[in-house]
Amino acid sequence: MTKSHIKVTINGKAVEALVEPRTLLIHFLREQQNLTGAHIGCDTGHCGACTVDMDEMSVKSCMTFAVQANGAAITTIEGVANADGTLSALQEGFRMMHGLQCGYCTPGMILRAHRLLQENADPTEDEIRHGIAGNLCRCTGYVNIVKAIQYAAAKINGTPYQEAAE
Amino acid sequence: MIPGTFDYHRPTTVESAVALLLQLGEDARPLAGGHSLIPLMKTRLSAPEHLVDLAAIEGLRRLEHVGDHVVIGAMTTQHAVINSTLLTDLVPILRETALVIADPQIRYKGTIGGNCANGDPGNDMPALMQCLGASYQLTGTGGHREVSARDFYLGAYETALAPGEILTEIRIPVPPAGHGYGYEKLKRKVGDYATAAAAVVITMAAGTCTSASIGLTNVSETPLWAAEAGRILVGSTLDAATVNAAVAAAEAITNPASDMRGPAEYRTKMAGIMLRRALERARVRATV
Repeated sequence: MTKSHIKVTINGKAVEALVEPRTLLIHFLREQQNLTGAHIGCDTGHCGACTVDMDEMSVKSCMTFAVQANGAAITTIEGVANADGTLSALQEGFRMMHGLQCGYCTPGMILRAHRLLQENADPTEDEIRHGIAGNLCRCTGYVNIVKAIQYAAAKINGTPYQEAAE
Repeated sequence: MIPGTFDYHRPTTVESAVALLLQLGEDARPLAGGHSLIPLMKTRLSAPEHLVDLAAIEGLRRLEHVGDHVVIGAMTTQHAVINSTLLTDLVPILRETALVIADPQIRYKGTIGGNCANGDPGNDMPALMQCLGASYQLTGTGGHREVSARDFYLGAYETALAPGEILTEIRIPVPPAGHGYGYEKLKRKVGDYATAAAAVVITMAAGTCTSASIGLTNVSETPLWAAEAGRILVGSTLDAATVNAAVAAAEAITNPASDMRGPAEYRTKMAGIMLRRALERARVRATV
């Protein structure tokens, strides 16, 4: 078994490392890069807590080998905030709309929502719900997560967020 | 869960990939999206000593309309299938099917070639390929050969692929303009394999069904092409008695396992229900 030399860009920073081929991307990020924002939830590819952005795809980093990411640009929750350190629109949305309770799924939710809004700047509630179908939350019942993403979309689009009447 | 150790190979041409696979033999597995193989490796149900990653092979992402066929490179992801206007215009049932596979993250990585070549009866694309009359281009060190999707599946995880061969392209005859289609899948939750699913493509003329093709997912050790059920529909107005006869013919060829998705009898019945729903949607969509 030969170690592989990989070059990746993580949150805008070029990184070179030696990895065992069997090292999963989530373990590479958490244990070799000390980026513990992406979480290991189910470890079986179902829950989405390990979601990161890789070359404009939302991927489950527990189901991807680090060697497969060679050459890729990766964004984790640590790279989401604005350059001046203020919260991004999505982070602000999750805060303002109470889109989290225990917070375990949140890094994955935000990274998935980030890619969703990149591909569809003004999603309907239905599109948001289908868009985050690969991310499980056991606390919120998703209602406030959907609102948080709507808040972020509105903020990015420059239209003030208004909650629909119940 | 940590997979066993293996060596990682990343060839850049199909020729070098198949040469490697032939040379390494049974200890090697090709890696496409990895969302079937990596879970097996993490639970150590599979422990290949070599992975041959096909991701760096440029030529495997072709997506083209050639004559009366569409040609789809094996490494085309489900996400790319969903977002392809070419495929959505010509063979819209591909998008409808890809959308009910797994979840968004998995569709970014999961490939149409992996879905077809893996031989897992739970995969959705194989029955659709049988329904569409698609063929697979298999490539080995000796060159290419073409195998119909209807002849490719021999058993659960058993396919016509010879040692060292990989599936490189899928060729789908473009269905006639105005055809009706539907893919209906019963699943317990997002991301689950089908309890039962049915793919239907029909053409209609003046209220009469002029052609019909039906594929069934996950109700046998292989995907099923329900040829007899399709024949029953042709020439009819899709009246209730004919549809009942076709559904009965389709149910008759199923042989599902009793498992956590339900007892065999239930899954057979659900295959019939999925067929009814897919057929109804196809009928509504077909321009007469």
